[in-house]
Amino acid sequence: MNLSIKEIEKEIIEEFELFDNWVDKYEYLIDLGKSLPKIEEHEKTNENIISGCQSQVWLNAKKQNNEVHFFADSDAIMTKGIIAILIRVLSHQEPKEIINANLDFINTIGLKEQLSPTRANGLVSMIKKMKIYALGFEKKL
Amino acid sequence: MRNEKEIRDLFPLLDIKVNDRPLIYLDNAATTQKSKEVISEIEKFYSLENSNIHRGVHHLSQLSTDNFEKSRITVQNFINAEHNHEIIFTKGTTESINLLASCYREILKKDDEIIISEMEHHSNIVPWQICCQNTGAKLKIIPFDEHGNLDLETFKNLLNTNTKLVAITHISNSLGTINPIEEIIKLSHEKNAKVLIDGAQSAAHVKIDVQNLDADFYCFSAHKLFGPTGVGVLYGKEELLNLLPPYQGGGEMIKEVDFEKTTFAPLPFKFEAGTPNICGVVAFKKAIELIQRIGIDNIKEYEDKLLSYATEKLTKIGGLKIYGQAKLKSAIISFNIEGIHHYDLGLILDKMGIAIRTGHHCTQPVMKKFKIAGTARISFAYYNTFNEIDKCIDAIEKAKKMLL
Repeated sequence: MNLSIKEIEKEIIEEFELFDNWVDKYEYLIDLGKSLPKIEEHEKTNENIISGCQSQVWLNAKKQNNEVHFFADSDAIMTKGIIAILIRVLSHQEPKEIINANLDFINTIGLKEQLSPTRANGLVSMIKKMKIYALGFEKKL
Repeated sequence: MRNEKEIRDLFPLLDIKVNDRPLIYLDNAATTQKSKEVISEIEKFYSLENSNIHRGVHHLSQLSTDNFEKSRITVQNFINAEHNHEIIFTKGTTESINLLASCYREILKKDDEIIISEMEHHSNIVPWQICCQNTGAKLKIIPFDEHGNLDLETFKNLLNTNTKLVAITHISNSLGTINPIEEIIKLSHEKNAKVLIDGAQSAAHVKIDVQNLDADFYCFSAHKLFGPTGVGVLYGKEELLNLLPPYQGGGEMIKEVDFEKTTFAPLPFKFEAGTPNICGVVAFKKAIELIQRIGIDNIKEYEDKLLSYATEKLTKIGGLKIYGQAKLKSAIISFNIEGIHHYDLGLILDKMGIAIRTGHHCTQPVMKKFKIAGTARISFAYYNTFNEIDKCIDAIEKAKKMLL
């Protein structure tokens, strides 16, 4: 049985509570980014790119046993770290759960700064794209 | 002699902390900080002088009109224009270029040609593309070499009797190149082409003398030379501005309105429809006066030292590559470190209180030429210090350790 989105969010909040300075937090994100499996070059297409002023993200999804699996890559490592967190929360969940997730843990762990307009594509667009994938899978049911 | 404390004290924002660290502001090519005099002029204007200009007979209207027009004369002297009515106030360099492009849209014909360069800011590309789309005129591009020097031989070949306008940046915002605009203007005039110089990156850093340059049009923004945002200048030679059709219709720009026919006001008002950014224009005067007080040659000399010092230090960082190493450069350094994305570097420097710019800097053709997505960019102003460069270099080294 997979953990629910809420349960994973709680886990992440607890992990982030251990960091008392930005360096540790950023290093953790960098490590997460580095450990996220790369996606193949030929899978980086115009259809799955989230293009922005600062960094680019490629996001793929597939459905298995009514669970959505996400795969993502970015040219910037911090962006990859953030998407690794989103994947941890949203991957292996049912489409309906993904669509309804409010993801307020992002504010709690202090990644709110990622939501400022120029950085928005780093987070807001990623979440939007993940929900669009989930919506697509939900409709196909 | 440059008195560091005196200069720093003039700019209140330089004293703030960002992420609990003293701010190191190295994003001056995007916008500069504002001097105390500019800030207090804005407060003074709205507290004691605010009124609409040019039409009122009452005391305040006279006062604000006088101050607004004094700014025009200050700008005229600053760039050595022959007449004050050759100074058109706009909301910024982008609007200045769009103003001109919109006028040229009315007069260009099919087969006419406009020449720009490969290193232009998007705001000196897109208006001309639109202009060409609407008129059937052709847009020609001067390339630059791997160091960031414009290819003048190609330029000479592109120039012909169909060339109506050459629109070139004085200083590249992403490469720092100072272009040989004297020569470009001379060559263009030999073919009877007019020249617009985009001076957005030059006005606070190098001397501008439009008469000596024989520039037909020259534009820049107040906010990049310690002045307020929302104020820009388009200089144009009197006879050319008189030949151009008006830009926007409205109040101020008319002589007489009749439903049959409207006659337009003389220069500069023909191009200044509507209520302008009066306060911004008035406060802009204080920014120019500061530059004049310091002396543009002193600014250039000091910034050149900052540029050489920072370039030398940066070059010592392993894997660091500088984009733009032209013979003549302004204090702008674009770079990348192998294996590190500029965005990651920018985020980490920000945490250390250091403001740099990352991305394509609105010059995507430049990035495409170097086959990169973007760069990190440091850009200096007169208030920056050698100590700030040292701290920035340390921070880059730290960021590199974190990221690699």
